[in-house]
Amino acid sequence: MLDAPALSRVVDRMAHELLEKTGGGADVVLLGIPTRGTHLARRLAQRVQAFEGLTVPTGSLDVTLYRDDLRMKSPRALEETDVPADGVDGKLVVLVDDVLFSGRTVRAALDALADLGRPRAVQLAVLVDRGHRELPIRPDYVGKNIPTSLRETIHVQLSETDGADAVLLGPAAS
Amino acid sequence: MNRHLLSAADLSLEDATLILDTAAELAELTERATVKKLPTLRGRTVVNLFFEDSTRTKTSFELAAKRLSADVINFAAKGSSVSKGETLKDTALTLEAMGSDAVVIRHSWSGAPVNLARIVRGSVVNAGDGTHEHPTQALLDAFTMRQKLGRLEGLKVTIVGDILHSRVARSNVLLLKTLGAEVTLVAPPTLLPTGVDTWPAEVSYDLDAVLPKSDVVMMLRVQRERMGAAYFPSAREYSRRYGLDVDRVRQLQDHTIVMHPGPMVRGMEIASEVADGLRSTIQDQVANGVSVRMAVLYLLLGGSESAIGSEQ
Repeated sequence: MLDAPALSRVVDRMAHELLEKTGGGADVVLLGIPTRGTHLARRLAQRVQAFEGLTVPTGSLDVTLYRDDLRMKSPRALEETDVPADGVDGKLVVLVDDVLFSGRTVRAALDALADLGRPRAVQLAVLVDRGHRELPIRPDYVGKNIPTSLRETIHVQLSETDGADAVLLGPAAS
Repeated sequence: MNRHLLSAADLSLEDATLILDTAAELAELTERATVKKLPTLRGRTVVNLFFEDSTRTKTSFELAAKRLSADVINFAAKGSSVSKGETLKDTALTLEAMGSDAVVIRHSWSGAPVNLARIVRGSVVNAGDGTHEHPTQALLDAFTMRQKLGRLEGLKVTIVGDILHSRVARSNVLLLKTLGAEVTLVAPPTLLPTGVDTWPAEVSYDLDAVLPKSDVVMMLRVQRERMGAAYFPSAREYSRRYGLDVDRVRQLQDHTIVMHPGPMVRGMEIASEVADGLRSTIQDQVANGVSVRMAVLYLLLGGSESAIGSEQ
């Protein structure tokens, strides 16, 4: 669905939109949801730095302990939570994830964020919106809308974790 | 399927590493990000069933469960139905009928947690049974070593003192073997258990010969309450040969840390200056105990089935 150059252009556009919509990005904190959301947050921060020379505080927010499906499977290993030193109080926090699907991860992230402090506002940036929301959650920045069937899978690959950049639409699960 | 943490020997390398990694993230959350309450175990009930005096371990488990939003019931044997003659089995069944999801047990009988695990449906966590095992202490010790020295594989760990009566020593030997560290036990012959030659550890009677090679020195308390007879000539004699004083600390490598599971007897197995010194990790061990116990409770109770531990 996206190859490496296309993915790079999409992240460029998202960084521009972020700067535009946040009036220059002065009080923005980027928090990625591990693992690929964290890498995407760092990439957005790098682009903003390149475009405007602005250093945006960037971190990582693990939502495992806040998930609503915890009781339905075996406990999972935790991912990294790393909040920038100045915290989130009064900031415009932009949550970053690779794929937006049911919206349940974002709900968990909002709960986790509430325990860290009180942001001025919270926005959501996703590389892919594949539809099928189960909660009233909507993204502020979307890299690419990919309408999918529930049986299909979306694979976001990033060079940091997967060796190369790509977004793939997987075969319908059997 | 609920599983139990009864012995450090039950933990595979994968289990132990998962606990330590989870504890590290939890420590980051609760200490650096100052999240004091996580919703993860909301609605779960943890019973602290302590038949033996303990302040540190009981408080640590209670705090760990509460930070994960579990409900905690503290059941002290003194002044309870146990003093009226109730058996361990009946106590356990009563608590279970009240809906407990996990029982954290401390008992003076070696093997009490294993027996309990055969009776109750929930998870059982051994918080120290007689002179047998204390697995969460070993986990928090390993966590502290990894935190201070960056690794466990190949680490030279020296455990000094009353090995005979120490559940901490046994659990540490078993866990550190799994994690790839090399343990040397140092004690007078009278304070070594029979069969210690079958443990996966070296044994020495000469503390001064072992200290310069050690990355970690763990001092144990002489457990006089468990001693019926004299195991050494005098406290002064013991202290002179097996106590860690300022002169002995000078033999240590620069990076070597000094540990003690507490409670310590200052001036006996460890000098005050050493216990309060820069190498001492005694306070870190207490703080890390909460994170490690949070990790154990999360991995046992957080999902539909346990991610760690043994079946019984």
